[in-house]
This record gives sequence, C-alpha cells and structure tokens, in this order.
Amino acid sequence: MRPIFQTDYDQDIRLLRHPGYWWSYGTLLLLALLTPFAVGAYLQSQIIFVLIYSIVGIGLLILAGFTGQISLGHAAFLAIGAYTAGYMQARGVPFLIYLPLAALLTGAVGAIVGFPALRLSGIYLVIATIAFGFIVEEVAARWESVTNGNDGMRIKQIDLFGVTLSRDGYGFYYLCLGLLILVVLIALNILRSPTGRAFVAIRDSETAARSMGINLAVYKVAAFSISAAVTGLAGCLYAHKLSFISPEMFTLLLSVEFIIVILIGGVGSLHGAVLGSIFVVMVDPFLSYLKDDMPRILGGLAQAVGAPNAAALQETLSAIASAAGLKGAIYGVIIVIFIIFEPYGLYGRWLKIRLYFELFPLYKKATFRRQKTYVKSERNR
Amino acid sequence: MGNVGSGVLDFLQQVVGGIALGCVYGLIALGFVLVYKATEVVNFAQGDLMMLGGFFGYAFIGQLGFNYWIGSALAVLAMAAFGSLVERIIVRPILGYPQFSVVMVTIGLGFALRAIAGMIWGTDDLRIDTPFSSGVVRFGSLVIADDKLSVIVATALLCGVLWLYFNKTRMGVAMQATSQNMLGAYYMGIPVKRVFSLIWAISAGVAGFAGVLLAPIAFIHTNVGFLGLKAFPAAVLGGFGSIPGALMGGLVIGVAETLSGFYLPEGFKDVAAYVLLLVVLMVRPAGLFGLNLRKKV
Repeated sequence: MRPIFQTDYDQDIRLLRHPGYWWSYGTLLLLALLTPFAVGAYLQSQIIFVLIYSIVGIGLLILAGFTGQISLGHAAFLAIGAYTAGYMQARGVPFLIYLPLAALLTGAVGAIVGFPALRLSGIYLVIATIAFGFIVEEVAARWESVTNGNDGMRIKQIDLFGVTLSRDGYGFYYLCLGLLILVVLIALNILRSPTGRAFVAIRDSETAARSMGINLAVYKVAAFSISAAVTGLAGCLYAHKLSFISPEMFTLLLSVEFIIVILIGGVGSLHGAVLGSIFVVMVDPFLSYLKDDMPRILGGLAQAVGAPNAAALQETLSAIASAAGLKGAIYGVIIVIFIIFEPYGLYGRWLKIRLYFELFPLYKKATFRRQKTYVKSERNR
Repeated sequence: MGNVGSGVLDFLQQVVGGIALGCVYGLIALGFVLVYKATEVVNFAQGDLMMLGGFFGYAFIGQLGFNYWIGSALAVLAMAAFGSLVERIIVRPILGYPQFSVVMVTIGLGFALRAIAGMIWGTDDLRIDTPFSSGVVRFGSLVIADDKLSVIVATALLCGVLWLYFNKTRMGVAMQATSQNMLGAYYMGIPVKRVFSLIWAISAGVAGFAGVLLAPIAFIHTNVGFLGLKAFPAAVLGGFGSIPGALMGGLVIGVAETLSGFYLPEGFKDVAAYVLLLVVLMVRPAGLFGLNLRKKV
C-alpha cells in the first residue's frame, strides 16, 4: 500500500496521483503502440473494434455511470454519427472536417433527447431511450435520399492528407487509439471539473443536488449531449471500420451490447469501458473457437479415456456449439451472472484483488458489499 | 353515400383489428404491471415469456397431442411454475439493488430464453390448430375473424378474474399491500417472499396465456418476444402501476398502430407506438393513469 502524503487540495483532482502512474500507464501506452506489430491481421481488426467500443463505452459511462441516466438508445447515436460520416464523405467533405462534425451533430441530437429526459427518471427514461432508438432506426430505413434506406451505404476508406487509411491497416489502428486516448483525457478532465462533480451529485441524489444549487436541466442536458457526441465520434470510426452501414445494424441489441460493455467492465470507473469492450468484442472469436475446436478436443478427450460413445458426444457438442442464437444465450447468461455475483464488474474485481494484497491479512468482504433497500423509493421521487 | 359507408366500415374494421392487437399488447403489459406493482421490478423478459408460452402450447398440443383446451391450460400452468422458478433463482438474489441491475438481469434472461427456445424448437414458424383458426363472426357487414374475437373475449375474462382476485381475496389484498410498501407489509405478517413467487407465477401465467392466444394470429416463433417491446409503450401509457391502465394503454397502442398502418404512409405503423409514447411521456411523465408522487425530504 502506498500512503499518499497530502499537502495540497489539488492533489485530490490530479490526473496522475503519484509517480507510479507514469510507469503503469506508460507501459500500457507502449504496449498499445507495439500491438499491431505483434498480432495477426484478424486479432488487430478485433482490437480496432475494442478501441471503438471503448469510445462508446466512455460516452455511455459519462451518462449512465456518472450521471445515473440510463440509456438503451446509444446505438441510435452511433447510427447518427455513422450516417453523418457516410453522407458527408459521399459529398466530398474531407475526413478532418466530418469527424468533428459527426460528433457535433450527434451531440446536438443528444441535447434534444436530453430535454424530455429531464422529466423522466428510472424506468421511464430507459423506455423513452428505447423508443428513441427505434425511431432513429426507422428513420434511417425510410429517409432514402440521405441514408439510402435498407440498401445501406458504402463507406470509402479514410483519406487523410492524400494518405489512404485502409480499415485494417496500422494507420486506422493508430487513429482509433489516438482518438480513444483523446476521449479518455477529455472525459477525465470533465469528471474532475465542477461539471463532473455535478454529474455525480445528480446520480447520487437529484433532490440533494438541487438543494446544493445544481441546475438539473443544464447538467442533465449537458451529460446527454457529451455522451452522444462521444458516441457519434465512435460512430464515424465504426462506419469506416465496417465500410458498409445499414439500418439493421443499429438495433436495440447493439444498445444492449454497449450497456453490457460498461456493466461487465464496471460502472464506477473509466477503466471499465475498456475492460468491458475487450470482453464483449472477444466473445465472437471465442465463439468461433468454441464452434470449430472445442467439440473435437472434448471428443478426443472422451476417446482417450475410452468412453463408449465418444463420436456421438462429439456430434452433440458440435450441434450445440453451432446452434443459432448461441451468442444471445451467452450474453444473457453473462449478464445475469455478472449482476448477481460481480456487480462492480471486471474493474471491481481488480480493485478487490489489489485491496486484498494491500491489506493482506485484514481484507474483509464487507468492504464491497452493496446496500439493499427495500423501501419503495424509486416510485415516489 | 355508398362511398362514405364503406369508408366508415373500413374504419370500424381497422378499429376492431386494432382492439384485438391491443388486447395482446394489453395482456403483455398486464404482466409487466403485475410484477412492477408488487416487486418494483420491470421485467424486460415478459415478451419472451409470452414466446415461451406459445412454445409450451405447441409442445403440449402439437407434440404431445393434448386437446386444445387441456393443452393450453397445461401450458399456462407450466408457465406459472416457470415464472416462480425464475423468481426464486434469478430475481430474489438481486431484490433491493438498484432498479437498473434488475432491468439488466431480465434483459439477459430474455436473451437466454430466446436462444434456448430456438435451440429446442428451431427457428421455423410453427403453428397449432385451434378451434378459432378459421371462421368469422358477422355483425351486419362488419366481419370479425374468430381468432381475433377469441383474443378480445379471453382478455376481458382474464381481466375480470384478475380484478376479482386482487380486490376480493386475502392474498390479492396482501399483494396490494406488498406493492405499496414491502417493508411495511413484512411487518404486518405478510409472507412477502411467497407473494413475490406468486406474483411472478401469475405474471408468467398471463404471458403464457397471451402466447397461446396469439398462436393462431401470429406464428409461434422465437421473435414473437419482440412484441414485448411494443407492450412497453402500452404499460407506460397506462402509468406502469395500474392494471386497467395497462389494458387501456394496450388498446390505445393497438388501435393507433393499426390505423396508422392503414391511413398513413408505410413506415409509420412500426413507430406509431413509440412516437405516441414519447409524446405522452413529455406531457405526462407518469403516464395517463399514473400517480405522480414526489419524495419528501
């Protein structure tokens, strides 16, 4: 355990709490910079998805994790960013202009969504954002002059000062990495500023926040807008990564996927967004591994120990592994298990492990116990 | 004159179709409301429970060869048992935690149910033969298909039974008490845990009922669960805590959807429910029938 000797109030809000941060985050940055040279093409492509999901995750964390306004409509913000990019690119606008423009436009839409959200809370807000998601999906399918409707839209490669960044290349990887770092820095700076404190206050108690003089309307709309803008930025990258977008990509399932990102990563800290993204994106390769190799390996094992019907077992296993909707089932089970057993997510698990070693013989489970409340508070607020 | 007459008839025909659809939404919304009222859990898996009810009906009637009436009764009972199982295993450990955790758990449950049903029964459209599958009833020149009429009648009956149960029986009143204050009800000697089990059983049973009723109109398919997302606006319109409200909300949504499908250009049908929802939420954030209480500090 490293005791920090506080000599200054500014120490509480410093980004790098102590010199050790230089080492740990410097190493992380170095590893991230070296990754493309160490991994194969497929893995690199997945890592680019991790970076994009992390950006969305941070956007969602600002809204859901720190302001306490749950949104199940973030796929819609992503869609707005992606379509802005596609539309502008088709009209010959350069990347460096339409990237921020996608963020700004999505931010503006986010503010518009934020206004009705002022009057809603809890479950009503969740449902309203779901409704927003459906409406955007439908608009994307019908507004054919802009979005090309259900035929979808082809996105060309990024052209940056005459250099083409292919969607699987090093250049695109570093672009995504750079934008993620930028977004993390922006988010950290917002969260340590009075604005961020106001967000957290609103999350913990709207009534208390208001009595401390926080203007709920301003800060809720700000949270929505910032969150949407960050997501729109990710949407622009997402469009380029996929190179083809169509309305049925931005469904409720995608919004749920984003919620899973922050839920599995941990809602309390920005680390959660990245950890959760790694988890969610890697479900796909894991599934294909499960489909291709697992039945063979298990069947071989059964054969080795001399089970009588090893061949039949192998066939059953491969039937289960290739069943349609396995991904949905795995998502479902993962969500349930995480909420029941690991409510603070992966980052929470890391904190618990770290604390265990820091306090070595004195660690107690109760430190992380959640409080249960049985008094009906959410209905009359 | 004839033209106007046929216009009115068209309208009435659409309204009746909308009411039948609205009854299905209302039934799902009823399931939401029952669980929400008693346990303050919003069950996002309600639509998937309905889907499962349809599959149970198929299993009993189509696969095991029961008579339609016995088969549907068995399906509803099986769903009720399944509902209390879900409550015991998944919902009870997380009661008392923030609402959002519970919402996410039920979303996860919905995913899992959809996938498992797909693995067991496949993803083809299935159907069961019912006494209502063909045939129509005529009121003057208004034609109502039997299957739609059966939905309307069954919904009305079910609502009557539920109303009697909640207002006239001991357990029903205990459920009302639990829904108002869990802790207070517990102090008064109400077995809150059993109430929760029972509420989940009833709500899953209602979902199973809706699933079996819907079988002749829509097919039995894993994606039927998405109707649950249409039932959300219904529950919210009704104020989420009110049983007649849920039904009214369902009817409003059903009629609005059918009419906008008939009179407005293509595409409005699918979003009508959500647009209506957003408008109502902006005007009356607690729904049309909801109570708007403020926490006192």
